[in-house]
Amino acid sequence: MEGLPILSLMLLVPMVGAAACLFSGDKAARAIALAATLINLALGIALWVNFDIGGPQWQFTERAPIFAGFSWALGIDGIALMLIVLSVFLMPICILASASIDKRVGEYMAAFLFMETLMIGVFAAQDLYLFYIFFEAGLIPMYLIIGIWGGQNRIYAAYKFFLYTLLGSVLMLIAMLWMVNEAGTTDIPTLMAYDFPVKAQTWLWLAFFASFAVKMPMWPVHTWLPDAHVQAPTAGSVILAGVLLKMGGYGFIRFSLPMFPEASSQLMWVIFALSMIAVVVTSLIALVQHDMKKLIAYSSVAHMAIVTVGLFSFNVQGLEGSMIVMLSHGLVSGALFLCVGVIYDRLHTREIDRYGGLAINMPKYALFFMLFTMASIGLPGTSGFVGEFLSLAGIYQVSSWVAFVCTTGIILGAAYMLYLYRRIAFGEQKNADAAAMPDLSWREWLMLGPIAAAVLWMGVYPESFLAPMRADIQALDARLARAAPEGDARLTINKTAPAKAAAEPAAHEGAH
Amino acid sequence: MHPILVIVFLPLLAAIVAGLGNRMLGNVVAKSITTGALFVSAALSWPIFISYLGHGAEATVVPVMKWVASGALTFDWALRVDALTAVMLVVITSVSALVHLYSWGYMAEDTDQPRFFAYLSLFTFAMLMLVTADNLVQMFFGWEGVGLASYLLIGFWFKKPSANAAAIKAFVVNRVGDLGFMLGIFGTFLVFQTTSIPEILAAAPAMKGVSHITFLGMRLDTMTILCLLLFVGAMGKSAQLGLHTWLPDAMEGPTPVSALIHAATMVTAGVFMVCRLSPMFEAAPVALSFVTFIGAATCLFAATVGTTQWDIKRVIAYSTCSQLGYMFFAAGVGAYGAAMFHLFTHAFFKALLFLGAGSVIHAMHHEQDMRYYGDLRKHIPITFWAMLAGTLAITGVGIAGVFGFAGFYSKDAIIEAAFASGSEFGRTAFWLGAFAALLTSFYSWRLMFLTFWGKARWADSEHIQHAVHGQHESPDEEHGDTTHANVHPHEGTAGYHPHESPWSMLVPLVLLSIGAIFAGYVFHHAFLEDPEFWNGAIAWNEHIMHAMHEVPTWVKLTATVVMLIGLGLAWLAYGRQSSLPGKTAEQLGPVYRFLYNKWYFDELYNFLFVRPAFWLGRQFWKRGDEGLIDRFGPDGAAWAVEKGAVGARLAQSGNLTTYALVMLLGLVAAISWVLV
Repeated sequence: MEGLPILSLMLLVPMVGAAACLFSGDKAARAIALAATLINLALGIALWVNFDIGGPQWQFTERAPIFAGFSWALGIDGIALMLIVLSVFLMPICILASASIDKRVGEYMAAFLFMETLMIGVFAAQDLYLFYIFFEAGLIPMYLIIGIWGGQNRIYAAYKFFLYTLLGSVLMLIAMLWMVNEAGTTDIPTLMAYDFPVKAQTWLWLAFFASFAVKMPMWPVHTWLPDAHVQAPTAGSVILAGVLLKMGGYGFIRFSLPMFPEASSQLMWVIFALSMIAVVVTSLIALVQHDMKKLIAYSSVAHMAIVTVGLFSFNVQGLEGSMIVMLSHGLVSGALFLCVGVIYDRLHTREIDRYGGLAINMPKYALFFMLFTMASIGLPGTSGFVGEFLSLAGIYQVSSWVAFVCTTGIILGAAYMLYLYRRIAFGEQKNADAAAMPDLSWREWLMLGPIAAAVLWMGVYPESFLAPMRADIQALDARLARAAPEGDARLTINKTAPAKAAAEPAAHEGAH
Repeated sequence: MHPILVIVFLPLLAAIVAGLGNRMLGNVVAKSITTGALFVSAALSWPIFISYLGHGAEATVVPVMKWVASGALTFDWALRVDALTAVMLVVITSVSALVHLYSWGYMAEDTDQPRFFAYLSLFTFAMLMLVTADNLVQMFFGWEGVGLASYLLIGFWFKKPSANAAAIKAFVVNRVGDLGFMLGIFGTFLVFQTTSIPEILAAAPAMKGVSHITFLGMRLDTMTILCLLLFVGAMGKSAQLGLHTWLPDAMEGPTPVSALIHAATMVTAGVFMVCRLSPMFEAAPVALSFVTFIGAATCLFAATVGTTQWDIKRVIAYSTCSQLGYMFFAAGVGAYGAAMFHLFTHAFFKALLFLGAGSVIHAMHHEQDMRYYGDLRKHIPITFWAMLAGTLAITGVGIAGVFGFAGFYSKDAIIEAAFASGSEFGRTAFWLGAFAALLTSFYSWRLMFLTFWGKARWADSEHIQHAVHGQHESPDEEHGDTTHANVHPHEGTAGYHPHESPWSMLVPLVLLSIGAIFAGYVFHHAFLEDPEFWNGAIAWNEHIMHAMHEVPTWVKLTATVVMLIGLGLAWLAYGRQSSLPGKTAEQLGPVYRFLYNKWYFDELYNFLFVRPAFWLGRQFWKRGDEGLIDRFGPDGAAWAVEKGAVGARLAQSGNLTTYALVMLLGLVAAISWVLV
């Protein structure tokens, strides 16, 4: 593998595929897209296998100066690796899920492949401007996917999506220009170790926050998400929930935290407050939805709030937990949107009440749907639990209040997901057309099966996913240590019993 | 390979094979695989248990696999076996194996049998993971796993709206408890920097009373708040007062499920947890008082409700809730051995009562209302004798020093321990427990008299009429508490002849009867008097275990006396066919209605939590997201741009004089701004 610019290759393959799709017929376009995404999946697996755990922080680095310090610089650490693997894993599934697309197939596939390039670019970029280009360009294909292949109200949704995400990015660009001027480099690893003046940090942090909070999305800038999901075609929703939402979290962990530790510590209460509101409010909203996709979209906002509190808990558990929640949510919400897509393709409605009793005529579907529902609820043994548990354990060490409010999410989450499942899969078969729907086809098996396996794998043996990230998280934790807030627990062990207290050094440690 | 690996993972394997194989395998194969796996597990469990009885068995931990390592927070998959686990192993595998067997007969007409058996085996696996946990997180895995299985089994007949509602309720109410459990784990990790149970228990005693921590802004004793949080989890799973509302509704599930999950095993997980963590609770006296209080209150509450219910399964469900209260207050006063002993005996006689009730329901063509029973002892004699054994066991019949049925040893030990504790809460628990014992005896015999004695009152039962007129009900329709128009049914059989159940249902009844009769007599020494049997698996409070035997004679006799009073009252009211119950109910109108409606907990929670949650959801959605954020956010921006464009178009009129005027005004304004 030495010398092979594997990351550039991974960017190139979908681009070439996209170009080919534009100039080929429907059938050929589908085949090309599937082939390109599968090649990228193979490359992604190669990347994972060859990633040297315990080796240098940045691996597979490539660097080619372009002009004025701006360079084609790629490289990944464990965090980026995992997100790239998630992206390339979901892409072939998205292509499979697009069988019902029948207009402008070539363009559609091209948009998706272009999207893949940009997603990988975001996670692999080591140059600040390169990152910005990938990050913002990601808007364009998604805007087109929603605007052209979306539902009835697609224009409104597309414009809302565009308006929101553009708003933050302008501020971020200004902040980036200032940073490059101050630090004299566009190299992200260098910037991650650069100590910006504390006063400036606040402004820079807020500028980045404007962009990442929208992408995340955090309450109250989340309202684009339900509309975008509802209108997007199934595969669009999968990519949106699976990967695009992770860019906000990636931004926090790559930029906000390491570059502005002091500001992160000062402003963490902004994050906590918005996240606590998000967990409670969006969960309650999810409870009263009639539209399947909207319900899952709102649940995404609640789950992403767990990510943000975990990230800003300034300890290893919180950071690792957040990463696992991101990976898990990418799989689980992606799978839930696929589950919606499966029945949407048959009945062409997202109205929950039009279904019912699907466990009778679609038992295999019901089984998959149950598994993903349970993973979304965070049942131990599924991926959802590991991340949620670690994040919340992390935040508990900072504030029991935040932990308490966010943990209520496990109650509300169970309520809205089980209520959804009951209305779709259980009960009598009220509607004849829903009762006549056939069970999963082999294509749908291919879509859901691998995700199900990954969800269980991550739940039972998350070490595979934690190990590559461990050193990076530790390095980040060490960098954040100087700004880490004191927890509200203030554990004391009475000094009148010194012998006993000495026997319990670990407990003392917890107090600091 | 350690046998525990087989005991735990064989049921999982069976569940996967039967569940995924389903129709491909067919009913008989799926049923054989799961039932066979459970009998193997049970056969391997008993030798482990017996090895502890013979002393000399040490606690062992069998590592399985790494799970999570995140900084200092690490926990692995591992199976721990000690005396406490051994007790649970035999209870779980034995009852589960018998319930599997029983279900061959009970579910024979069901169209979806492999799924049912797969769920049962899956449940057993999760429960075994719970009791073999070596760290709190694996315990939580089992905890939630049994919750999932319970959810799936309560809602097994998923076409029934009431079953679905009950299943969701069970899961969500349990999640409220799990909120406490999770926070308790987080807190424990914060304090001890580990989730390993042995390490926590070793460090806990040193923390007693000398440590403080802030939780939600309150400054509290560390061990107290940790134990209280964990106990909230136990309250949810074990249906203690406040979080009990899901258990009676859970009777929507098939009766074998009620016997296995909602009587013998899952609901006792909370008691198991308190006993497993007993050294921790011993370091938190305030938390223990709370445990005692909740246990005693539940014990009384559930018993009062149990006296008024007509549905045979609901009576037993409230009885379970009440018996769990006994176990908790036993643990609360420090008599963990007695709590575990009652858990052990209760598993046998309560599973027996439920399976017996299932046999009655089976015989009565799905009728569950006891007002439509009567005179069944002649028609289904084996069921009758089994139910009688169960009733003698639960009411605690026995003569000290000679012989007693299972409950005689375990429940009396609890009542005595409560008295012997000498604490304020302990004494209160004693009186409440004694009164609840009277009620236990009353409702248990009421059930027996209504079902097996008196004249046949089947004629008006819709289910019986369906049976007689050959209208086949779908086997899915085991009715919950259907409201009958006629509450004073006429006597008569309508020509219906109840039939005794098949052997697959009778064998478990007979085997469990043996347990209900002898479990107390055979094992009371080990559980109650032998710290070497426990070998450190639970905190052994020498003082209370000793004082239990020193209580005054009247205390020792209390349990027996109230049992006889309860029996007498039940006979007066229901055995003699008097009009007493009706009159009493009429005279005590409000009180009766209060009890009959289960103290209005469901209505209260509906009013306080369920409806506000939906209302708030709608408000946040319509007024918050759409009315506020969207209106002034993106839509507002769009509106502003549009209006701005209209304004701009007006300005660009092309009229030269207008432009000149604007320029002039601008010039004037600029000059005056500079000058002034």
